[in-house]
Amino acid sequence: MTFELLPFLKSMISVSGLSGYEAPIRDVLTPVWQELSDRTWVSSHGSLHAMRFGVGAEPRPKVMIAAHMDAIGLMVTGIEDGFLRITQVGGVDPRILPGQMVIVHGTKGSQPVDLPAMVVMPPAHLLPKDGQKGPLPQKYLLVDTGLRPAEVEKYVRTGDVISFATEPRELSGETISGHTLDNRASVAATTIALDLLSRRKHLWDVIAVATLQEEVGGIGAMGSSFDIMPDFAIVIDVTFAKGPGGGDTVLFDMGKTITLTWGSCDHPALYDAMQATAEEYEIPVARDFAPSGAGTDAYDVQVAQAGIPVVEIGIPLRYMHTPVEVVSIKDIKRAGRLMAEFITDLPLDFMNTVRWE
Amino acid sequence: MAKTNNDLLNILEMLVETPGPSGSEHLIRSKIEEEIRDHVDEIYTDALGNLIARKGKKAENGKRVMVSAHVDEIGLMVTHVDENGFARFISIGGVSPFTCIGGRVLFMNGTQGVIGNERLEANEQPSLAKLFIDTGATSREDCKVGVGDVCGFERPFMNLGKRLVAKSMDDRAAVAVSIGALKAIRETSNEIYFVFSVQEEVGLRGAITAAYGVDPEVGIAVDVTRTGDTPKGVKMEVSLGKGPAIKVRDSSFIADPRVINWMVEEAKSQGLPYQMEVLEAGGTDGAAIQRTRAGVPAGCLSIPCRYIHSPSEMIDVDDLQNCVKLLTGMLEKPIEI
Amino acid sequence: MAKNYSPKLGKKELDLLTRLSNSLAVSGDEQEVREIVYEELQEFKDSMHTDAMGNVLVRREGNQPDCLKVMVAAHMDEVGMMLIKDEGDGLFEFVVIGGVDPRQLVGKPVIVGRKHVPGVIGAKAIHLTTKEEREQELKVKSLRIDVGLGGSKLVEIGDRATFATNLAVLGPSLRGKALDDRLGVFNLIQLLKNAPENIDLLAAFTVQEELGLRGAKTAAYYFNPDIGIAMDSTPANDMPHFDGEENPAHNTKLDGGPAIYLMDGATIGDRRLVKWLTETADAEKIPWQYRQPGRGGTDAGAIHKTRSGVPSVSVSVPQRYLHSAAGIVRIDDELNTLKLLHAALSRLDKSILNLQEIK
Repeated sequence: MTFELLPFLKSMISVSGLSGYEAPIRDVLTPVWQELSDRTWVSSHGSLHAMRFGVGAEPRPKVMIAAHMDAIGLMVTGIEDGFLRITQVGGVDPRILPGQMVIVHGTKGSQPVDLPAMVVMPPAHLLPKDGQKGPLPQKYLLVDTGLRPAEVEKYVRTGDVISFATEPRELSGETISGHTLDNRASVAATTIALDLLSRRKHLWDVIAVATLQEEVGGIGAMGSSFDIMPDFAIVIDVTFAKGPGGGDTVLFDMGKTITLTWGSCDHPALYDAMQATAEEYEIPVARDFAPSGAGTDAYDVQVAQAGIPVVEIGIPLRYMHTPVEVVSIKDIKRAGRLMAEFITDLPLDFMNTVRWE
Repeated sequence: MAKTNNDLLNILEMLVETPGPSGSEHLIRSKIEEEIRDHVDEIYTDALGNLIARKGKKAENGKRVMVSAHVDEIGLMVTHVDENGFARFISIGGVSPFTCIGGRVLFMNGTQGVIGNERLEANEQPSLAKLFIDTGATSREDCKVGVGDVCGFERPFMNLGKRLVAKSMDDRAAVAVSIGALKAIRETSNEIYFVFSVQEEVGLRGAITAAYGVDPEVGIAVDVTRTGDTPKGVKMEVSLGKGPAIKVRDSSFIADPRVINWMVEEAKSQGLPYQMEVLEAGGTDGAAIQRTRAGVPAGCLSIPCRYIHSPSEMIDVDDLQNCVKLLTGMLEKPIEI
Repeated sequence: MAKNYSPKLGKKELDLLTRLSNSLAVSGDEQEVREIVYEELQEFKDSMHTDAMGNVLVRREGNQPDCLKVMVAAHMDEVGMMLIKDEGDGLFEFVVIGGVDPRQLVGKPVIVGRKHVPGVIGAKAIHLTTKEEREQELKVKSLRIDVGLGGSKLVEIGDRATFATNLAVLGPSLRGKALDDRLGVFNLIQLLKNAPENIDLLAAFTVQEELGLRGAKTAAYYFNPDIGIAMDSTPANDMPHFDGEENPAHNTKLDGGPAIYLMDGATIGDRRLVKWLTETADAEKIPWQYRQPGRGGTDAGAIHKTRSGVPSVSVSVPQRYLHSAAGIVRIDDELNTLKLLHAALSRLDKSILNLQEIK
């Protein structure tokens, strides 16, 4: 590869980039994608696009790869005696919050300032009845920056975002843990695909999109799809790996397989074609189910304008939406390779095979 | 100054007392049209009933802006009239049974009525299904309303000096602000589309289609927002009288930080008070504008308001005035987004 | 001038309706119904295409270049199930697709996949249950579809399934599954074959309505119509109240005729279009009723919010026991719905879109 996967992935999960406030992750991603594409640009909302021109005769068909780059986190709703009251951005289980190390993104003068802080539980006797026992409802949690109230008032205001500060850590068996592997693991896989494609000839135009605000409603995917209207789209996101707390949903073996989604957002002809490619290149894939649509960008890409056929790839991940998510590096590479092989092999008249039958 | 103040209050009073729940906006629409016709370059009504007025033509450093304030209010629609003339109903938009009991309603066809309730057990919470409207009829035949008839809540406008009270401050206060800015703007390099949207209370429907048609480069909704300054209320930083609220997010969308910045800088440059607003509920036309076409940076200017979706919503007259000033300044000057 | 069209349920029509009702086309896999639509509408094959989501879109142009463009939508999909785990011995864990009341599932025969492999959703023998157990609701997670031993060779995970009900005529009624919205599909086919000449009829056989009006979104964007009409089926909760009280929430009544929507959870019907329908029904002496304002939704919910807005309205056939193993409709209500639509479309012109005072 022309770029180092592990340092790149770690750099992505060391910055914030909450839904609506994605500049930090975009800044990490832009120089890397610029190297691997012919053209990069930012949408009116802020999604990052990178386009590689194909070598086929014009007019060339185009494929869009969508991987959301935004992170879940918290937001300041008010300040009381120097303590910050908080709400969520994206879905966070409040039970994982007490004791979490976070960063409050405030302002010093006119410059942004990052304040290390932590989420704290007030003592029970200071709370109403429903805060005395059991998991603490989010409305009672506070964030403590360690600063005195006067300073807090200077640097922090209602509406400032708060991100998780967990550092990336390599665990055994080629796995990595950190925050926002949902969905930066997929962004990494997309980057691998771009890198592989940069060293081959492909007939189709390829547009990779790091979408924003997926966690709060697929906003980036909606806009980019409307704008680009590709012939078909690949959406890549994470899915649930087997492990503690998985319950009895359909789960997958992290490190052993990636997934393809079968459901109402996924075109069966694309599913079959992608599966055939996986078999040909010996990339293990398993079937993931989303009979009524999964909560991914696919939901919004599919209904843009007069419709876009979609295929979805999943990377199994443990402990989704916590700051200690875990994925397998092997699975990231598999996903990247699958996309690259699939796109490389696309003949110009591929869409003739994408029919309903 | 006093004259402008009076004009704004007179318009507000006219607006809040006009009936117009979602889907039945024709009366309020024609009143607004009459009020603004001579102050705009172009005016038209679109397929769903949104009233759209253009002011200005886009110059080189100008932007096409959409400003949306919704004209519809919450209300009720009759589902059934029983043999004794009592009318059962369904809500239009978010109506709480608590604000209904003992309330008075006014139907679009002029009929008036009161809302009564079935007997409730000791600890029972009222639900809309246990309520009915009594128009004074004695039978189904002599009842002047039938299935499909629409009514809004009826309360007169109340001027308490600094505070103003009415039903449908949500969102007629914002309509008044929009009209105020529309009239105050002299010269601008921006092309401004003032949208008086319909059917916001049932899902931002008018704004969705109006935004598609206008295809703006940037959008602002104007709406009311909750306050946290009443006894044992929800904890929230916004207070009545502390200035226009600049929305950071609500349940429907996260405002674009560039639009937030635009609003903050304009407030600072005019020396106006302002508050940052995070609402853990609610939705506004801003969310609809944001999702239009290839995406539009959008935000929302909020008027602090107590007792939202009750027949006695309360706003502050200085907040109202300052919202007009803020919006006018934002739209008149070049926009750097 | 309204063309005189008196729809009948003759042998040919009943045969088509039977094929439609008995097809397995759960949201996300509507192919079986698509194929029937293709077959029936051969004469339109040059102005018909299937879009990215699977909607079948047929354009039947009127006799003038500037006709009113009227989109009429009927959804092909039904609620149902999907097999998600193979437990061996022919037993499959499944999930529900769309709004199926789980209490309707247990102890029912089903069909699975394109080949309609027969199966059952069994229940514990009553002898083996306790009284407490029988008072508990059975959760979908505890149910299984059983296709018999050796089932893994016939069906696979990912296959969709539905109730194994065949359409039957019961006197003045039809009993069958998926009448929501195969009746609409049937009606739309008939409308195309007898299309009035004064309008451009843009027919959308939509997908995934039961999953949130998904297909109608892209169909409406493509057609970009002047007005939109959804033809669907709606509950008739018109049974007597157990205590003998008046039933104020019947939604619609069987034998009440086509149900015209004022407001549901997804759409506030355009008043001009509602008036157009009720006036046509009165003029043609077709019985009609209002569908009580309430919740729920039809494809009109997606159509009216398309692009810069499309005035829309819905008309449905009243049906008892929607989204269960079998629903019941009156043949008269179904034919009157078709008759009303045809008559109303025949007397349409652009003046319908004039803004008027609605009192």
